[in-house]
Amino acid sequence: MPAPIRLRELIRTIRTARTQAEEREMIQKECAAIRSSFREEDNTYRCRNVAKLLYMHMLGYPAHFGQLECLKLIASQKFTDKRIGYLGAMLLLDERQDVHLLMTNCIKNDLNHSTQYVQGLALCTLGCMGSSEMCRDLAGEVEKLLKTSNSYLRKKAALCAVHVIRKVPELMEMFLPATKNLLNEKNHGVLHTSVVLLTEMCERSPDMLAHFRKVRLVPQLVRILKNLIMSGYSPEHDVSGISDPFLQVRILRLLRILGRNDDDSSEAMNDILAQVATNTETSKNVGNAILYETVLTIMDIKSESGLRVLAINILGRFLLNNDKNIRYVALTSLLKTVQTDHNAVQRHRSTIVDCLKDLDVSIKRRAMELSFALVNGNNVRGMMKELLYFLDSCEPEFKADCASGIFLAAEKYAPSKRWHIDTIMRVLTTAGSYVRDDAVPNLIQLITNSVEMHAYTVQRLYKAILGDYSQQPLVQVASWCIGEYGDLLVSGQCEEEEPIQVTEDEVLDILESVLISNMSASVTRGYALTAIMKLSTRFTCTVNRIKKVVSIYGSSIDVELQQRAVEYNALFKKYDHMRPALLERMPVMEKVTTNGPAEIVQTNGETETAVLETKPPPSGLQPANQANDLLDLLGGSDITPVIPTAPPSKPASGGELLDLLGDLNLTGSPVSPPAPQIAQPPFLLDGLTSQPLFNDIAAGIPSITAYNKNGLKIDFTFERSNTNPSVTVITIQASNSTELEMTDFVFQAAVPKTFQLQLLSPSSSVIPAFNSGTITQVIKVLNPQKQQLRMRIKLTYNHKGSAMQDLAEVNNFPPQSWQ
Amino acid sequence: MIKFFLMVNKQGQTRLSRYYEHIEINKRTVLEAEVIKNCLSRSKDECSFIEYKDFKLVYRQYAALFIVVGIDQTENEMAVYELIHNFVEVLDKYFSRV
Repeated sequence: MPAPIRLRELIRTIRTARTQAEEREMIQKECAAIRSSFREEDNTYRCRNVAKLLYMHMLGYPAHFGQLECLKLIASQKFTDKRIGYLGAMLLLDERQDVHLLMTNCIKNDLNHSTQYVQGLALCTLGCMGSSEMCRDLAGEVEKLLKTSNSYLRKKAALCAVHVIRKVPELMEMFLPATKNLLNEKNHGVLHTSVVLLTEMCERSPDMLAHFRKVRLVPQLVRILKNLIMSGYSPEHDVSGISDPFLQVRILRLLRILGRNDDDSSEAMNDILAQVATNTETSKNVGNAILYETVLTIMDIKSESGLRVLAINILGRFLLNNDKNIRYVALTSLLKTVQTDHNAVQRHRSTIVDCLKDLDVSIKRRAMELSFALVNGNNVRGMMKELLYFLDSCEPEFKADCASGIFLAAEKYAPSKRWHIDTIMRVLTTAGSYVRDDAVPNLIQLITNSVEMHAYTVQRLYKAILGDYSQQPLVQVASWCIGEYGDLLVSGQCEEEEPIQVTEDEVLDILESVLISNMSASVTRGYALTAIMKLSTRFTCTVNRIKKVVSIYGSSIDVELQQRAVEYNALFKKYDHMRPALLERMPVMEKVTTNGPAEIVQTNGETETAVLETKPPPSGLQPANQANDLLDLLGGSDITPVIPTAPPSKPASGGELLDLLGDLNLTGSPVSPPAPQIAQPPFLLDGLTSQPLFNDIAAGIPSITAYNKNGLKIDFTFERSNTNPSVTVITIQASNSTELEMTDFVFQAAVPKTFQLQLLSPSSSVIPAFNSGTITQVIKVLNPQKQQLRMRIKLTYNHKGSAMQDLAEVNNFPPQSWQ
Repeated sequence: MIKFFLMVNKQGQTRLSRYYEHIEINKRTVLEAEVIKNCLSRSKDECSFIEYKDFKLVYRQYAALFIVVGIDQTENEMAVYELIHNFVEVLDKYFSRV
């Protein structure tokens, strides 16, 4: 067989390939040649072949058949063979291959080799891909080498020790004695790697950290750093005029770790940090890198305020620099410090806002995040103006984040309701399609809350969608408002702005075009239809037109629209006397602030009130619907039946409504759904919305096992507040003692008529087996009449591949939970 | 921590690659292609740090060659930027006429 080609030839040949296919062909040919050469056990050319194989592996082609060859090379005596063998081992082998353990013996022998270069190779390889077993076996050798006087070996041993510690943290103690003398070296290589080793140890173990602080490591480091700065030009360590910046950065980082939360250490390093900060040359990038690290360190340790001000000023200077990299870095660090040093960062607000106009995407993103962090009560108007301008002109990937940020900031700091509504309208019109879905219900809730702004709001919204109704969130909000406040719109009363003259027909025109348009999503159409329906009570002369529209959609293909239209039709025909009561103005909605997930379902409840309006009054709607599901034993829904605390409406034709409720309540089960409450708003809102969980708890109430069957056990623990004794908070814990886990677990509950129930979201829907974990869920029960608590629960889950379902009644509530 | 070190030319051909974390071999080519695409789309006066997935890319262009280093959050980006230049200088000194 002719001698295999050299690596250079191979590279040259591959480069001449003009297409991917050609390259693949060449490589496959060469791979075949290499494979046959391996099979022939050719010693002389093995090294060359493996080198070529490594090159091909780097280009992305499989090379696993070379692994054993690497091992053979490592075992050989020639240095050139060993070198390629170890390189191959580092690239091709790792813990996942079984073959790697065979290397252990070779490495052990090479660690004790006479030539330092061979020892160095072995250390390198071990430090690169050593598995935990290998590390355990060879840690002693590494530690011995850490103590040698040969600086070439010492630095490699230090890096290898870092890897060993990462793989087997328990061995950290073993390296501790060796670290004592590491920092006394003059060789920068050893210093650098020792600092890395110390950093790794301090990061991994707080004991080590305490030890190093005690051993007065900080003064040693300070001394080294000082030497670096003060020493004149040294050609071997110079980078653009600064002596060994990489070592300086490393030392600064270690100082940061040592000084965090520790006053003594922080004090010892104050001087040197100030010195570095003032003396470093900033004309070149190198100096800036060191300054950046210094600033990060100053912000992280317990430095004195003068030093902090110095740091923020440095960052401010960075911001004004022309170099993009530096500005990016400054913005990133300002973001980290804005929480702690808010005022200092405020000083640079105008520069930051200018960065919003930069062309660079990374800088814009950072500037946007930082701007949101800087908004406060004083500067909100100015900042908002800038941010809205930014929203207009930024890339689409930013718009969603920017819009939500603006909403949050506006909510927290809005100086007036009108301003708030204006801002939100502006966002909707400019970035309407990027706004997140939950913004719509939030906005609707906000609008209902500002009662005096209704006329103004609806007028502006009407004008906004007159021109363009393609942005879904905007159209949804607008149709809802027009539906609610259409009478204000038509009557033309508006204090804040010039009232516009709108007739009822025009309003219906716009709503109908929304319904018909191809651009409207299904949800939007639902909103529009409901709005039209609501207008039937608010408008006087166009009721027939409305009836016609509604009946047309009774045969729509969209099931949702069809259902609504049919129900509204029924409302016109059979229940016309109830129509005014049902379609009355929505009451002011309270926001539930206790629990994130519950809030979302609450707001979803608001959008669904539109659908459910044809059934019993808005307040009792949601609970009635959910409870009906529960009691009718309709298949387990996978939406947690959270029963939000929707406030009640004015009880207009109360009696007939209750009949209607009775009508829809099909199965005559003993436990009926919570009835539409007539006179309990104060209790409802006080007890369940503003009450923080687990606050001023009444004395310990025994917990009970509510259900225990088929391996599923549900425990109830109780908490009651002294200030509001009618509220009981029950935490349920569901555990599973079988050997298979239960998935899609849904817990539903219903209580007698005089109680009220609120179910918050569960922690998860999977109960792991063998009691190894539980699902927790919180239930709040309002029991104003202090009646005996009873509950019916329904459980649905999947177990052993089949769907299980069970109903149970819980009667063993301890008296302290309801008395 | 440095995750990987790449030298890729403008056409997307990898000249050198070293990974310090285990990544599947087919994912590597995909990663390299995406990385070079990100770097090529940047103009000259944009900053050299790109946020990509869950780490940062620090890149530097030398004629037709891009040197890209992937780092995680604990690294000083500017120090790595300097490191790249240092690396190129070392290669230049060692091999002359790079």
